[in-house]
Amino acid sequence: MSEFLKVSSSPHFYTGESVPSIMKGVLISLAPATLGAVYFFGWHAAMLIVLSIGSAVAAEALCQRLRKVPRSIDDYSAVVTGLLLAFNLPANAPWWLAVLGGVFAIVVAKEVFGGIGFNVWNPALAARAFLLASFPTIMISSPDYPVPRGGTLSGLTLDGVTQATPLQLIKNTVAPILQNPSAFSPREVQNAHAVLAQTGQWEFYRNLLLGNMGGVLGETSAILLLIGAVYLFVRKYIDWRVPLGYIGTVALAAWVFAGPEGYFTGNPLLHVLSGGLILGAFFMATDMVTSPVTRKGKWVFAVGCGLLTVLIRVKGGYPEGVSYAILLMNTATPLIDAYTRPRVYGAEAAGGK
Amino acid sequence: MVKLATFRGGVHPPEFKDATKDKKIEPVALPSKVVLPLQQHIGAPLELAVASGDAVKVGTLVARATGFVSIPLHSPVSGTVKSVGEALHPSGVSMQAVVIESDGQDEWEPGLLTRRDPESLGVDEIKKIIRDAGIVGLGGAAFPTHVKLSPPADRKIDVFILNGAECEPYLTTDYRQMLERSADLVAGVGIIARVLGCAKVYLAVESNKPEALAAVAGQAKGREGWQVVTLQTKYPQGGEKQLIEAIAGRQVPSGKLPMDVGCVVQNVSTVLSVFDAVTTGRPLIEKVVTVTGGAALNPGNYSVRVGMLISELLEKTGGVAENLGKAVMGGPMMGVALPNLEVPVLKGTNGLLLIPEPVPESLHRACIRCGGCVDACPIHLLPCDLALLAENERWDRCRELNVKDCIECGSCSFTCPAGRNLVQLIRYGKFTVMSQDRAAKK
Repeated sequence: MSEFLKVSSSPHFYTGESVPSIMKGVLISLAPATLGAVYFFGWHAAMLIVLSIGSAVAAEALCQRLRKVPRSIDDYSAVVTGLLLAFNLPANAPWWLAVLGGVFAIVVAKEVFGGIGFNVWNPALAARAFLLASFPTIMISSPDYPVPRGGTLSGLTLDGVTQATPLQLIKNTVAPILQNPSAFSPREVQNAHAVLAQTGQWEFYRNLLLGNMGGVLGETSAILLLIGAVYLFVRKYIDWRVPLGYIGTVALAAWVFAGPEGYFTGNPLLHVLSGGLILGAFFMATDMVTSPVTRKGKWVFAVGCGLLTVLIRVKGGYPEGVSYAILLMNTATPLIDAYTRPRVYGAEAAGGK
Repeated sequence: MVKLATFRGGVHPPEFKDATKDKKIEPVALPSKVVLPLQQHIGAPLELAVASGDAVKVGTLVARATGFVSIPLHSPVSGTVKSVGEALHPSGVSMQAVVIESDGQDEWEPGLLTRRDPESLGVDEIKKIIRDAGIVGLGGAAFPTHVKLSPPADRKIDVFILNGAECEPYLTTDYRQMLERSADLVAGVGIIARVLGCAKVYLAVESNKPEALAAVAGQAKGREGWQVVTLQTKYPQGGEKQLIEAIAGRQVPSGKLPMDVGCVVQNVSTVLSVFDAVTTGRPLIEKVVTVTGGAALNPGNYSVRVGMLISELLEKTGGVAENLGKAVMGGPMMGVALPNLEVPVLKGTNGLLLIPEPVPESLHRACIRCGGCVDACPIHLLPCDLALLAENERWDRCRELNVKDCIECGSCSFTCPAGRNLVQLIRYGKFTVMSQDRAAKK
């Protein structure tokens, strides 16, 4: 008998896609926004990105060594986590915040659960939530919030008021005035109307699209993020249901509920383009590990993210709700998967199930 | 754009059919010996009809069928029975086999080859001929064909589908036969449609084989109730359940057979074997096999006697490269990796894929829950979950999640970016659950 050949169970060939190739694809898709962050906010932004990625990768290598499991930092997933975390930091964050966030994301949100594939929450968002709860002054309400190159802080002008983002300005300053104008001076009311009028102008949306506007590192320019998103679609790394369902729900719910002057007066475009929605909908909510695997489940997940985002923006304590909305829906993902199992072939003919 | 018939799910593997699709079917020289494992079909095992030292001719009965779901085995060569004993089966297990040494005369059993007009034969006569000729489904499962053609009286068959999908990458045997024997093929479909007494006949071919579509359509012209269907090119389009969904819009319930929804599906090679048996009396002793892959020195479509050893087949058709890493009987998606080349061609063999080193390997990393397998599964299972459950031996949950419905097409493993051994684990779960069920019944 001749020597034996290699045997294995079928199939005998594969697509050629792998976890590293998908993660590299995500990195490529984030490249325009990364370069944009450095352009808008300078070298300090670059340093934050490098530190965040470096600490995430180092933390993963160390954890895997302590856990005595094969090292898998070559799958680039920790790099993606580090970069996405940096995208969620304000441009003037101190260096140690990036390091702390990177370590927290990997150690507490990923490796503790068993590493890639087993984490419940998107590690970058979990770390952002941790930083936001621990260092709120740095994360959102810093008075010296950096102004992007060639832009204004909120993209809107209102005398004597500094608010970092348009959502903050409208929620914290404009909406209270419009809902109870008699408590404010006529000048303040006039100003509030002036701000609202600006949100109806092309100039404002051009700033939102290009990134001439305050915000965390990665969320300023919608266009740069969308370029990356197109790449992800072309390579089929993300499912269109999640971003479409998420953004569509936010637009609809914002129109119905988020108007400063009452129901059905909200500005959908403002809510879609400002804040972290584009970043969240295309790059965070689409995280494979923490979103449902079924098609129906992806719709449920996306709509849930959208409703929670608007709920937090309108009624919550923060001007922005994307991260918490996604984290909450991450928590619900196993349940969603369990209740949205596709109907098995032949079940219909057999009369149900 | 015309919407092509298809099913939900599936994958689009690269086709790799160019190496052999224009190669005419060539007969291979007679083998010096044949090895005939007694189990070449699904069903009851056979009973030996010869003993060591017996002289046999082509078509001589070697083993008898023992039940209804069983078919006889014939000698593919004339010569002498050399031994009856254990031999290596392509699946890697040893089993009882008859070894016959060829005398090179290729002399037929007298009275076997008789020309017949199918129109003059009754339905039961045709079914008997098909059974006596030892014909099994040649699409892969090797299920006795006469059983499929004999539905119980309460099952009315109204749809017959000719399966010309050949959705496995690399394989071109059905394609070549559709081109070279389209008249015989259509006549064979006519015989089967008459046996079944069904009104609607569909000739289904994937859209990537326009020449075959045209050839079949040309022959089928003018037959009432017949329709040529262009299928979307997608794997596993040629799966029985998927074809029925694509063409008849019906789904076969879990644990049931196509005949339970009024459908019968036969593939191209099977229909041609039926045609040959009915019109000329030839038993199934020869197969068209596509020899292909990066390590095949002379890729092509060859007409081979059943029982010929792969090593001799390769020797007589041009050989195999030094860097052969893996030899697969069948296509890359569902084929069986051979332990070595000293195993025989079986009735169900339709391809020999020779993969050079380095052989693609699956890494079996952690699942990242991308959902690719969920979208790919043509049965709409959750392969990622089933594999994890099987890995952890949670058989109760495997059963709840319909593990028994898996058709083992391999679409999930093919698409998995983590290289997980999904279909392997699910098969493990399926077999465990099925044997538990069998034990419970007893």
